Amino acid sequence: MKYETIVGLEIHVELSTNSKMFCACPVPTLEDAPNTRTCPICLGLPGALPYPNQNAIEDCIKIGLALNCTPNAKSFFERKNYFYPDLAKGFQTSQYLHPFGEKGYLDIEVNGVTKRIGITRVHMEEDTGKLSHSNLNGEDVSLIDFNRSGVPLVEIVTEPDIRSGEEAKVFLTELQKIIRYLGVSDADMEKGHMRLEPNISLRPVGQKKLAKYKVEVKNINSFKFVDKAIQFEEKRHAELLDTGKIPVQETRGWNEFRNETVSQRSKEEAHDYRYFPEPDIPPIKFTDEQVETLKNQIPELPIQKTARFISDYSLNSDAAEILTRDKNLADYFEETVELGKKEDVQPKDIANEIINKKILPQNLSAQDLVTQVKAAKSIATLDPEELKMMIQEVLIENPQPVADYKAGKETVLMFLIGQTMKKLARKADMNQVKNAILEALK
Amino acid sequence: MDITAFTLSSLQKGYQTKQFSVTEIVSEYLKRIESFDKKINSFITIDSENALKKAKDLDNKKADGPLFGIPFGIKDMFLTKGVRTTAASRLLENYIPAYTSTAITRIEASGAISLGKLNHDAWAHGSSGENSDFGNTLNPWNNEYVPGGSSSGSAAAVAAGFVPFATGTDTGGSIRLPASFTNTVGLKPTYGRVSRYGVIAMASSLDSIGHFTKNVEDSARVLEITQGIDGFDATVSEKRHETFDSLKNGIKGMKIGIPKEFVSDGLSSDVKSVFEESIKTLERLGAKIEEVSLPHTEYGIATYYIIQPSEVSSNLARYDGVRFGNDRSTFGKEAKRRIMLGTYTLSSGYYDAYYKKAMQIRTLVKDDFDKAFESVDILVSPVSPTPPWKFGEKANNPLEMYLSDALTVTINLAGVPGLALPAGFSTNSLPIGIQFIGPHFSEHTLFRTGYAFEQETKMYERNPNL
Repeated sequence: MKYETIVGLEIHVELSTNSKMFCACPVPTLEDAPNTRTCPICLGLPGALPYPNQNAIEDCIKIGLALNCTPNAKSFFERKNYFYPDLAKGFQTSQYLHPFGEKGYLDIEVNGVTKRIGITRVHMEEDTGKLSHSNLNGEDVSLIDFNRSGVPLVEIVTEPDIRSGEEAKVFLTELQKIIRYLGVSDADMEKGHMRLEPNISLRPVGQKKLAKYKVEVKNINSFKFVDKAIQFEEKRHAELLDTGKIPVQETRGWNEFRNETVSQRSKEEAHDYRYFPEPDIPPIKFTDEQVETLKNQIPELPIQKTARFISDYSLNSDAAEILTRDKNLADYFEETVELGKKEDVQPKDIANEIINKKILPQNLSAQDLVTQVKAAKSIATLDPEELKMMIQEVLIENPQPVADYKAGKETVLMFLIGQTMKKLARKADMNQVKNAILEALK
Repeated sequence: MDITAFTLSSLQKGYQTKQFSVTEIVSEYLKRIESFDKKINSFITIDSENALKKAKDLDNKKADGPLFGIPFGIKDMFLTKGVRTTAASRLLENYIPAYTSTAITRIEASGAISLGKLNHDAWAHGSSGENSDFGNTLNPWNNEYVPGGSSSGSAAAVAAGFVPFATGTDTGGSIRLPASFTNTVGLKPTYGRVSRYGVIAMASSLDSIGHFTKNVEDSARVLEITQGIDGFDATVSEKRHETFDSLKNGIKGMKIGIPKEFVSDGLSSDVKSVFEESIKTLERLGAKIEEVSLPHTEYGIATYYIIQPSEVSSNLARYDGVRFGNDRSTFGKEAKRRIMLGTYTLSSGYYDAYYKKAMQIRTLVKDDFDKAFESVDILVSPVSPTPPWKFGEKANNPLEMYLSDALTVTINLAGVPGLALPAGFSTNSLPIGIQFIGPHFSEHTLFRTGYAFEQETKMYERNPNL
């Protein structure tokens, strides 16, 4: 039977705020020694209370707005109750009924076709501590590091609109760009700033209802692995379905060494998180003006920028896409274009120079880039006929070196090149000049 | 020196005129505690060493600071850095906190000296003090009777003259009920007036941080210190910081309402007669008394006993014995009961029928108060339907124990302030109090009324024989 792959994504993004979600502790780096970035609040000590970080909330709303979500005029935090040793308070302060953003979408382009992926919700929560299992003095122990406890996390949940690993990868790449454009997180996969969980199921082609099961693959830290995990699951589910079995609803993990997913919890435990409104934090209300202010803080996003680069600068879509991957690079390109206008340097040439020579903003000023493009351009436009005539003049003016060359003294060639360059009085491609002289001397 | 007559202002005057030193005063109080608290059992931890050291330090300083040299006691729900804090539970019997609660930090910064940590129902769950894992606190007025709970030790310590004031927490009546049972003044401030930071949470949306004193003026002085935003409790209102200088303005023309649902059936004859006498006093002072209605009062206990255990079940989750404290088997019966109740009422499938419904009724209860305050300035009512009861009388019947909070819990549901103060005695000489209830942030009116009332009745002059 033919199947259709149905994927929804849950993405956790760690924000790069100065302090944690509910306390003044700095957001830790991976270099910090365990339990050095903690206080009574993120340790969940008796009597400690959460005090929400306004910047983090605004960042979360901005992510929502960038993903075309509607912000809730009144939203609140809720407690998600469950026991786990890395969960200091015995509950996670999260959002449930009224998240900061709901019902959005993100348009992506897959193989030249635009596709809309629905965004179910964008909500704010806090990270947990980190458990590690090791051996101390011959004894097996579990250690808890609470540095990460209380770091602001934004959870983004998509609708089950994704149909392949490839689509998931494109979506995630686009999302990562947006997060970076907003400046709310470095979204560095290696540092765990983005954690990815695809929910995968298969249904017969033509069926409208979702399958009765889904498999969640937890905590993947690269887009490539998401793609591979989806492909692996597609195949596994199809094989099971072909033999009349329904895949078990479960949580699996990605094993990057064996290139396969592995069952983690054989049967999904029926978790009852007993959500209820967090009594320690009053409801958070935003006026239309406040939302408008946040909207105005959102820069032009990569998709719009790419489209504008294509139309305003006549770039091809590949070039426009490469230049807009990073906001700094895009800004650098536009700054150079602006400077280049006066000197008649074309945006297309600037784009090509940046892309072909892998130029980075920090290595070359925009003005120097204009000069470089201009020089390169003048070489490129060196008229072969003009060059030919100039070489004739040089050969006539220098009969002795020409005779020497013809007698086999090839070193004089450099002298003749120098004389020609002098006559040209501008930068030129030495190879082109050399070849032209050799031609003339034949 | 008769220390039982001291108030905050008389102590302060004594220091300024060098009538006595801080060390002398602290030693006197410690001596009294040593003589009588073996019996009363109001303290869980007596901190004489630190207290005497601080007293000595203060004696080398100028007598200023609003609470300079004033000894006080701390309900053991308030964290104190370096000093054991137990929540009166075996679970935390050896817990030494790493930080101090905002309220205590502020009180100590004003010059007050803690004599130690006071007994109460474990985790503040109870109305009689009998749920403490550190033994019963006896009522100083009659040792066979309960002092009221949950802040049993705080009330008893102030009544017994062990400290001129003590801190407490009031989630459903835990300050006002014991104040009423011990002839002391107990303030439950507006929710959002005093920071809860560093106080072990019982039910977060209901917990109010207050205190016990001998008289109303002292109560106002302490609130002036503890109130206001601290940057650690997001529910504390930003603007509310005031001095209560209208205290002595009298209550001529003030409109005081009697909620008819609070005085209908079920009041004991002792409580009824003391309350009627109090109304006459208020009228004599120039107040206009009228009857008002709080129609949802009858749902108060049911609503409270859904919302409160729900929050309790979540707040007690962190006590898993992994990082501090003993394991969860050391929770007492009452804590276990509330954890189970709350876990049930929040469970999917039951949430709508219990928690959500209770929250809807809570809004109606709040609306009742708002509506009543449109026609009267404040309300007056008894605190408890009965005078103090004997130990063991209700201990085996949780429901009956819960019902003793019938006249206090709706005030917490509405988040409004309540001030309980001495009003008289029962036929067998047990204290009976009344409470004034006002709109949000109306403590100044409650103090004004309370002050006028106590100047007329002078109940604070009466002390128990230990």
